[in-house]
Amino acid sequence: MAEKILMKGNEAIAHAAIRCGCDGYFGYPITPQSEVMETLMEEQPWETTGMVVLQAESETSSINMLYGGASCGKKVMTSSSSPGLSLMCEGLSYLAGAELPCLVVNVVRGGPGLGTIQPGQGDYFQACKGGGHGDYRMIVLAPASAQEMYDFVDLSFELAFKYRNPAMILSDGVIGQMMEKVELRPMKPRWTNEEIIKNMPWATTGKTPDRKQNVITSLALDAAVHERLNHTLIAKYKQMEDEDVRFENVQCEDAEHVIVAYGCMARICESTIEMARKEGIKLGLLRPITLFPFPKKEINRLVPHLKSMMSVELSTGQMLEDVQLAVNGRIPVNFFGRLGGIVPSPEEVLEAFKNSINK
Amino acid sequence: MDVKDIIKPENMVYSKTPVLTSTTMHYCPGCSHGTVHKLIAEVIEEMGIQEKTIGVSPVGCAVFAYNYIDIDWQQAAHGRAPALATATKRLHPEKYVFTYQGDGDLASIGTAEIMHACNRGENIVVIFINNGIYGMTGGQMAPTTLIGMKTATSPYGRDAKLHGMPLKITNLIAQLEGTCYVTRQAVHNAAAARKTKRAIRKAFENSALGKGTSFVEVVSTCNSGWKLSPVAANEWMVENMFPEYPMGDLKDR
Amino acid sequence: MALRGAIVVDTEKCKGCSVCVVNCPTQTIALAREVNSKGYNYAYMASPESCTGCTNCATVCPDTCITVYRIKV
Repeated sequence: MAEKILMKGNEAIAHAAIRCGCDGYFGYPITPQSEVMETLMEEQPWETTGMVVLQAESETSSINMLYGGASCGKKVMTSSSSPGLSLMCEGLSYLAGAELPCLVVNVVRGGPGLGTIQPGQGDYFQACKGGGHGDYRMIVLAPASAQEMYDFVDLSFELAFKYRNPAMILSDGVIGQMMEKVELRPMKPRWTNEEIIKNMPWATTGKTPDRKQNVITSLALDAAVHERLNHTLIAKYKQMEDEDVRFENVQCEDAEHVIVAYGCMARICESTIEMARKEGIKLGLLRPITLFPFPKKEINRLVPHLKSMMSVELSTGQMLEDVQLAVNGRIPVNFFGRLGGIVPSPEEVLEAFKNSINK
Repeated sequence: MDVKDIIKPENMVYSKTPVLTSTTMHYCPGCSHGTVHKLIAEVIEEMGIQEKTIGVSPVGCAVFAYNYIDIDWQQAAHGRAPALATATKRLHPEKYVFTYQGDGDLASIGTAEIMHACNRGENIVVIFINNGIYGMTGGQMAPTTLIGMKTATSPYGRDAKLHGMPLKITNLIAQLEGTCYVTRQAVHNAAAARKTKRAIRKAFENSALGKGTSFVEVVSTCNSGWKLSPVAANEWMVENMFPEYPMGDLKDR
Repeated sequence: MALRGAIVVDTEKCKGCSVCVVNCPTQTIALAREVNSKGYNYAYMASPESCTGCTNCATVCPDTCITVYRIKV
């Protein structure tokens, strides 16, 4: 019988990190995700698995500690919230450019600027469209429960190492702070240095006489080399779209209208669907689990049978643009969003949906 | 005696260390970077730690340090090298980890990273090249630029009212409890270069002993940025830089 | 007993910076009138008989293009 423990989504991240063989966590306190590092410091995993946990002097520093750790082929992660992620964007661009795997958790709050410490989903563009400079993408996973907060840690590392690319868990203050029962998965041991040398031959593990030096860099001054690097990256992102799109489809098969929502808003919208169905409205829910790669093929598949779609977000409409791109003008794409940490009720979403199709 | 009789393998007393690659350096003629690279490579060879050393290169002229010292390298974002080195050393405590940073990288944009890495006493080595100017971007004012010194962004000379005073960051570093060895050296002549090499060796040895951070400043020239010949730049450095940045150990424990 | 030395300069790598010239205690080294393929007047032993093989030149050479030999006579 698997162990189930009541915990916050943020705490689930910490326990998952220790139990999936993470080598290092580097972070800086910020609301509403500080429980991640607090839990790790309380658990003292350096005494058990040998995992390093360090409070850095800033988010700028913690993301660059990830760059150092990831260069060594280690499983390293950080967590933060929106303003912290803005500081990390420089590092994320370098990590993506140097093709380094790592995990970054963003428990999103409302912006711009210092904004609010209440939940938000306004970092979608930053997460999915790069955020930092240059042509790069991250794998972005959006959990909708404390269990997914737990499970996506291991999954993120798996994908990050599969593609040698940063992965992000894009959560929000609701999922981070919410307490739910979480099933702890079996312990995975950390990789040994021998395993890292074997499986990550690119890592800076010390130059031995049997190989050339390993250099981790994103610098490519030669025009041809730079263009080739970018094509390599684009090919990876294409492969992600082919192999690793994840989504959940709730009552979409007979639906006339589909709501697209992720994270905490998907939880709310699930109730909206139920309410609509009781009223005889054929409403479905598409929950993107990977925000990048975005489930555009699934939207493409659904559109011919639909009268409209609606993106529901705790923002002014960011994922909306990806839905619109996938729909490509074939049906109306509507939007409903709240800000300031105001999480709409299922009734409010249903009302907004009805207004959107009757206007 | 003919020179040919002297130039024989058995008589060789100095040659390029194999830890230094044979790639021709991109640095300007007479640049101190090349000399410091060589000294680091020689220390790595003499200590037999090529397989155990990981370097972190900066943004600036030394960004390409990895082309010259034949070890594993990480190339950091501007100023962030101490953060990379922190994680690398903590995840690989058995390795020798060093950062190589210029004055813009370490004393301006990377001030937070270097201060906190040194304050935590990370068991890393920091090589700090201070030539009082931004070399790679074309000779702009650095935090360590001397008062009155002309640069591309202080064309009438550094004015304390306009630009602030030169930052003696090494003196600040020496105050931090986490550092065990803080020294200021130069490589303009053979005696100075030999002293610098001893300092670098001591710094690497310290990191293996877990004594804390070792910090080696090398007061250097940027003859292109200073618009002087290499030899004149060395003379200018002795005359002008040394009074502001005096040679010697600031801390050794 | 005296020391006799000699240096070999990798003339293609030498950038003619003169740092070795001024660091030579016996004025052995000078820059050649000829240039290498990059256009630098490279260093050479202008007075081979005065070289003691002290390695000062090689120690300060930023491009590590000097190899030093020494014998006791």
